[in-house]
Amino acid sequence: MLDFPLWKKLMLWGITLAAVIAALPSLTNSAGIDWPDELPDPMVNLGLDLAGGSHLLLEAEVREIGAQQLENMEETVRREMRGATPRIRIGDISTRDGQLSFILSEAADIDRARGLLEPYIMGDGLTREWDLEVVDTQRMVLTPTEQGLEARIDDAMESATEVVRRRIDDLGTREPTIIRQGDTRIVVQVPGLEDPDALKDLLGQTAQLEFKLVDKDALPSNVQAGIAPPGSQIVPYAPGTGFEGQFEAVERLGGIRGDSLTNAQAGVDPQTNENVVDITFDAQGGARFAKLSTENVGERFAIILDGEVISAPYFRERILGGRAQISGSFTAESANNLAISLRSGALPVPLTVIEERTVGPDLGADSIRRGMIAMLIGSLAVIALMMATYGRFGVYATIALVFNVAMLLGIMAVLNTTLTLPGIAGFVLTVGAAVDANVLINERIREERKRGRKVVTAVETGYKEASRAIYDANITNFISAVLLGLFGSGPIRGFAVVLILGLFTSVFTALPLTRMWVAGWLRKTRPADLNI
Amino acid sequence: MRLLKLVPADTNIKFLKLRVPFFFASVLLVAASWGLVFFNGLNLGVDFAGGQEIQATFTDSAEAPVPELRESIGAIEGVGDPVVQRFGEANQVSIRVKLPPEAEGNPAFADELTTRITGALEAGYDDIQIDAVNSVSGKVSGEFRQDAILALLAAMVAVALYIWIRFEWQFGAGALFALFHDVSLTLGLFALFQLEFSLQIIAAILAIIGYSLNDTIVVFDRIRENLKKYRKMQLPELLDLSINETLARTVMTSLTLLVALLPLLLFGPASLFGLVAAITFGLFVGTYSSVYLAAPILIWLGVTSNSFVPQESEADRQEKIARGEA
Repeated sequence: MLDFPLWKKLMLWGITLAAVIAALPSLTNSAGIDWPDELPDPMVNLGLDLAGGSHLLLEAEVREIGAQQLENMEETVRREMRGATPRIRIGDISTRDGQLSFILSEAADIDRARGLLEPYIMGDGLTREWDLEVVDTQRMVLTPTEQGLEARIDDAMESATEVVRRRIDDLGTREPTIIRQGDTRIVVQVPGLEDPDALKDLLGQTAQLEFKLVDKDALPSNVQAGIAPPGSQIVPYAPGTGFEGQFEAVERLGGIRGDSLTNAQAGVDPQTNENVVDITFDAQGGARFAKLSTENVGERFAIILDGEVISAPYFRERILGGRAQISGSFTAESANNLAISLRSGALPVPLTVIEERTVGPDLGADSIRRGMIAMLIGSLAVIALMMATYGRFGVYATIALVFNVAMLLGIMAVLNTTLTLPGIAGFVLTVGAAVDANVLINERIREERKRGRKVVTAVETGYKEASRAIYDANITNFISAVLLGLFGSGPIRGFAVVLILGLFTSVFTALPLTRMWVAGWLRKTRPADLNI
Repeated sequence: MRLLKLVPADTNIKFLKLRVPFFFASVLLVAASWGLVFFNGLNLGVDFAGGQEIQATFTDSAEAPVPELRESIGAIEGVGDPVVQRFGEANQVSIRVKLPPEAEGNPAFADELTTRITGALEAGYDDIQIDAVNSVSGKVSGEFRQDAILALLAAMVAVALYIWIRFEWQFGAGALFALFHDVSLTLGLFALFQLEFSLQIIAAILAIIGYSLNDTIVVFDRIRENLKKYRKMQLPELLDLSINETLARTVMTSLTLLVALLPLLLFGPASLFGLVAAITFGLFVGTYSSVYLAAPILIWLGVTSNSFVPQESEADRQEKIARGEA
């Protein structure tokens, strides 16, 4: 018991001091003192519930991805069949029930058609993306495979995450966190955000921009009744355009998508004084736009944003420079938002906010202040109780407690974990429970003394017999805290992290550390009796 | 210096004399708790019910206009019956709105409603400062419910298994029953007083499971030690001895936890009140259940002093006979 080799002492003190030093930057920071830049500065992060900020959980509407995939395939089929020599004639194309089906006019073309579609069916060559079936000798049915759809969703989520990141960066906020979660979700955390609504507006806009020709042959009465002529679709006007409740019939295929933009800027049209967004196409998009406008001078086309018409002007002339202007009853703010969204690219899939947690900076600061005061009072009460009950041994337990809290903070800083509001409760709980180990040991020493054991033997037995229960109790605590961390989210996980790390630091400070101090004292003074 | 002795040196309280009435009282309390949970229901917060919880401060007012808010927010389309309460200071409120049935299958509804409510608040009051917004859609709240139940069950089973491995199956069963009792009574408390039941309360219950088990383990550890030491002692007497021997520690540890938690309960942030209140309550039931439930169950499950002595298996016996030793 009394024998504590030097290497053991050095190791214990080394671990303790290293963890305590790691806590210093966090402590000085919260006291408002600058930590020298030259030194490493591990820091405990404050959760959004303490620092203030917004946490948004976004979910993608993946049904849209399936629909898009079918639409793209339909265009591919039409293009390939038209481009084949000799041309393969097809008809009765439909995209119902998540399948693309069409009829070949000549059954003899089946093998040629299959050959043309083969590269698309195999996708990137690793996963089969479509199943191709021939029904009644002439009808081809294409069904997306599960792996194919999954791959599409995965691609869409990857690029959606990237788009979300670009949009938030454009807002100029500091250190946002954007992480993909699970198959179809994105977590966005923006600290210190003043206006979460602006952020949500920006993320709520898919910004799928389309230019489609207005079907000039459609009967206005049919269009308003929602009946689309063959090959066309009915699109409603967006709110705020002055045409709410009205519809346009536009040609389904042959339009241009806004994903081939290189720039978008909000501005004001000098002639009309309207808010507009000026867009610039890339070379390919510019060429397609030039072709569309050349072939359709004098015709109307619809500018469609996220499935709603924002305006339907005429092609007054050929547009060759790859630049265009979008107008549609914008305010300065909505024009700017649209410009940001278009610049950052369209979201490949609409996102919905399914969970929001926003905390203002004042509330967080107040929580920290109240938490700190409560922890201070609580710690002083625990210390007073321990000293009054166990005397010298209570003093050792107290010093261990102080090291415990500092080490816990230091380890959290090194591991770069986040302190949340429930985490503060975790700290207080750790303070209250950490001394349990010392209580167990000290009570055991009392008992052993009462049974008449000599001082050194009593202390030795106390540590030895108590440690079994201490380890068992901490392991079960560890089990329940780990399960909490696994199932809990955000702030709750912060609580679990403090509890788990606190278990390690309190076992360390309560067992080997106090034992080293007690052993040192016993060896030096050799007391004949213990006041415990 | 004379040291404080909270528990006199040689207590000899006959805890187990009253084990049957206490046990029945506990079973009754557990049944009553579940009755309350099923008939009264838990007052589920937004985490589990979905909806909005908005905290706001009226910076230039002495008092928040609670009745007026109740009316004006209740009038917003899609809001059923809002719960508006003072929260923290007199000029601070918490507004809770549950998701209406039409939100079913429309994950975007919760967010639209949030925008409507915060918009109306900001338009209606010049000095309002929105401190916090929690908005949870039905989909997410459903997942939280599922995760919470899984976490509670998994934690109880996992720690009971650990105790079974470290001690004997009877000890595992005793600990599991004591935990079930603690969790049930905490749920009953929340159902009785209709306190908001949130994710934080699940965290509190898991912490209770951990700390209630501390007590149980300390008592069990002493029982095991005494079973080996006093092989001839009657079990009830031995359990009483073990509980009395660890009584000073039980009282002291409960007290240190209590004095650490009380300031947080009284002066801590308002948003932590539920969590800390639940843990404080759990502290009492956990200590009680370790003494009056976990230990007596050992008698009924037939723990004997032989439980920790390696038993002679049938194979060992055959071998001995074969060697002619028996």
